[in-house]
Amino acid sequence: MTTPLLSLTDVACTRGGLRILEGVTFDLLAGEALILRGPNGSGKTTLLRTIAGLQPPESGTIAAEPECIAYAAHADGIKSTLSVAENLEFWAGLFGTASIDEALAAFDLAALRSRRAQSLSAGQKRRLGLARLLVTGRRIWALDEPTVSLDQSAVSLFAERVRRHLDDGGAALVATHIDLGLDARTLDVSEFKPARVATGAFDESFL
Amino acid sequence: MIGLLKRDVMLAMRAGGGFGLALAFFLIVVVLVPFGVGPEREVLARIAPGVLWLGALLACLLSLDRLFATDYEDGSLDLLATAPVPLEGVVLTKALAHWITTGLPLTIVAPLLGALLNLPGEAAGALVLTLLVGTPALSVLGAFGAALTVGLKRGGLLLSLLVLPLYVPTLIFGADAVRRASDGLTATTPMLLLGLITLGTVAIVPFAAAGALRVNLR
Amino acid sequence: MHLTDRVMMPLFVVAGLALVVGIGWGFFFTPDDFRQGSTVKIIYLHVPTAMMAINAWAMMLVASLVWLIRRHHVSALAAKAAAPVGVTMTLIALFTGAVWGQPMWGTWWEWDPRLTSFLILFLFYLGYIALWSAVENPDTAADLTSFMCLIGSVFAVLSRYAVLFWNQGLHQGATLSLDKDENISDVFWVPLLISMAGFVLLFIALVLLRTRSEIRLRRVQAIEMRERVA
Repeated sequence: MTTPLLSLTDVACTRGGLRILEGVTFDLLAGEALILRGPNGSGKTTLLRTIAGLQPPESGTIAAEPECIAYAAHADGIKSTLSVAENLEFWAGLFGTASIDEALAAFDLAALRSRRAQSLSAGQKRRLGLARLLVTGRRIWALDEPTVSLDQSAVSLFAERVRRHLDDGGAALVATHIDLGLDARTLDVSEFKPARVATGAFDESFL
Repeated sequence: MIGLLKRDVMLAMRAGGGFGLALAFFLIVVVLVPFGVGPEREVLARIAPGVLWLGALLACLLSLDRLFATDYEDGSLDLLATAPVPLEGVVLTKALAHWITTGLPLTIVAPLLGALLNLPGEAAGALVLTLLVGTPALSVLGAFGAALTVGLKRGGLLLSLLVLPLYVPTLIFGADAVRRASDGLTATTPMLLLGLITLGTVAIVPFAAAGALRVNLR
Repeated sequence: MHLTDRVMMPLFVVAGLALVVGIGWGFFFTPDDFRQGSTVKIIYLHVPTAMMAINAWAMMLVASLVWLIRRHHVSALAAKAAAPVGVTMTLIALFTGAVWGQPMWGTWWEWDPRLTSFLILFLFYLGYIALWSAVENPDTAADLTSFMCLIGSVFAVLSRYAVLFWNQGLHQGATLSLDKDENISDVFWVPLLISMAGFVLLFIALVLLRTRSEIRLRRVQAIEMRERVA
């Protein structure tokens, strides 16, 4: 039995002072992908942000190696006045990885490398945002709706990269509505909706 | 960290004039003062230290509300917070970038504007030195204010309300040192105190600012 | 809550009594000062409110620390509740100071270190209150204002000394100290002491009252939120 890369035990999360998820428990092994599903507002983003460490879980434990998660949100964090290469080089420098060429090639951005990001289309920006994942060099990808505004060929390009990442011993946690053609487990987030309507810690202590 | 510094300075330069805006604002404030108080050379010379310091302080304040706000809006701040760098370091680096694009150029042009206000030549050195020592504290304190207000829709005005009282000690010692120098006195004491405040601010405030950022990202 | 239910009424009564006795005695039954005349009587308002202005901030600082370290929710709300009371005390102290200063120093306002420090304290209060009202999420607001209070305290103290350095003033030294020799005479001292006790009690009563309303507000919000979801 290999130890999981990421392990959640009985995690509860709040959003806007309201508990929206509780009892979230799962393991993520190396080479495994987990697709998060659920209607809008069911807490997929909140769960991903909690796992990424941007907000503390209200209760429960999240066990993972330190600094092994790369998080990609709806917003790509692209600076419009910098070129594609400059944007990517910045993140590569921050994460201490060397080359951006492979990441550019992987998402078919090599031809755009000196273009200012402000002149990119929405899909191209998204591809740049995803290319950032490759330069982080981290094993777990936590992706929030990664395929928004991607066309058909870009989606398959992305799915291909995820597969490569898994083969290299990585893992991925993807909140998405479309079928990526990955061999992956699916987790329906709405299962973890609190049975009893509960409010967050601040309010709870006043009831 | 150096990458972040480079990126922020580059962004400031490319987006609408970078250095230019704060400098132009500083110039305008200093030019408006004689219109307000009259052209007597003695009066201008007397108030010059205070006016120059106040102008530099307000010019610093001008660009603060975008310090974290742009990164917050386009998602970079989320990504920075999950990157393998301490958030305290991010705060300090961004404050440094802010200082390079505002505090430093202000310091360099201040003696020229001092001449406009008839500031005695002997005080020009003190003016440059106090601004050089004092403006980093303004940037770091501003970063704290910007971190507090980053999630708010109209944070700009609130930012000024929060940050300006924090600027009081720096302003007092900075302007006082220049005033003493222009009266031909030694300005060592206020200068040392100014340096102490800056050192203390740079050492402590980034922790509070990073804490505020974390709270705002939740 | 239950404890405060029983304490509230008596507290207000005692506070009111102490204020009436202290201020009334001070205003009507003390001799005029030989130099300052009857204007000295404003001391019974000026000194206690000035003292409470500082104590209120100190209390907010302690409450903020308790919130940051122990995450005790009532503590955050108590800090929030104390701020408007503190700012009112500061305003009264500034105003009575101006009224007293006019006949004494011949000016309504003087950039004296003490006065200036109080003005700066007033600005800090304003910023603190504005931050509370600007942030919607109560947890976030509590955290941010606590940071603000911490850093603000350090800089308020720094400003105090900076201002002293900047201008030596007209204001008389501290009127009260434990060292009895330099104190004002007993005739003024006793009513002043009662008046100060009155203001302390009034402050405690007001903060308790406001904290209770804040707690109830939070309950209402929590219940509303629960109903909206259910």
